[in-house]
Amino acid sequence: MSAGLTPYAEALGMRIVEGGEDGATLLALDFGHELEGRPGAWHGGAIAGLLETAGYAALRSELVRQGRDPLLKPINITVQYLSTGRPRESFARGRIVRLGRRNANLEVEAWQDDPAKPIASAVMNILMVEEEASKVL
Amino acid sequence: MFQGTFDADVLSRWVLKRAHPGWLGLRYRDHGSDWVELELPWRADLIGDERRPVLASGPIISLMDMAAGMSIWVANGIFRPVATLDLRVDYIRPARERASVAGRATCYRRTRSAAFVRGEAHDGDPKDPVATVSGVFMTLDPARMR
Repeated sequence: MSAGLTPYAEALGMRIVEGGEDGATLLALDFGHELEGRPGAWHGGAIAGLLETAGYAALRSELVRQGRDPLLKPINITVQYLSTGRPRESFARGRIVRLGRRNANLEVEAWQDDPAKPIASAVMNILMVEEEASKVL
Repeated sequence: MFQGTFDADVLSRWVLKRAHPGWLGLRYRDHGSDWVELELPWRADLIGDERRPVLASGPIISLMDMAAGMSIWVANGIFRPVATLDLRVDYIRPARERASVAGRATCYRRTRSAAFVRGEAHDGDPKDPVATVSGVFMTLDPARMR
């Protein structure tokens, strides 16, 4: 599997606008009515979906760089909502805090106009299961 | 539009039709005095990994966020906008293949400006959840909203 996006992410219209070698994949998502929560604001769940996808994209690109292709299973995510998501394009970028053999810890931020003013951030843990191992288990 | 008595049966039909919950196809299932249960129907374009036909975790967060917000409306007895401050989701196990996921959220504590919520997502058996969530919401003042 390449560093492509999931069917869910593609259905919402997320796109990779920049792929860094250090896992600094940048995601963008235009605003649309299907992303709205209360009128005039992003839905919290849609923001969480963007954050989570950016985390996965950052991890996947680093794993591809290392020649690894494990199944990724979410363990948990904690999202902080910092300000209202206005109806405009939003961006998100994940940063790998720790990458081990079985577990990865990531931090992700989402913003709109200014990367220094995030609208939401998340911490997530992801379990990595190699295909051979998953067949045995 | 923002204020008035909250009738979960009636208003959920409207609030789940539009915008992000409408796009996901969320359905109202049931509610009590401080909880709401919604359903996220199975859909192939909401898959999280092409190798397994299982709903992605993103839509499950949206399901739980929506059920949580609605649980605050029923607990308050009025329909007033809320904003999520903090939401934590623990994924206990993957959902079954091609399974719909139900989410029940309970608003267990309210203060004047905050509401505390916890909930579970399951794919058939509420005693065997796929995810648990806890979150804090802030109630918004409609007079100060544009």
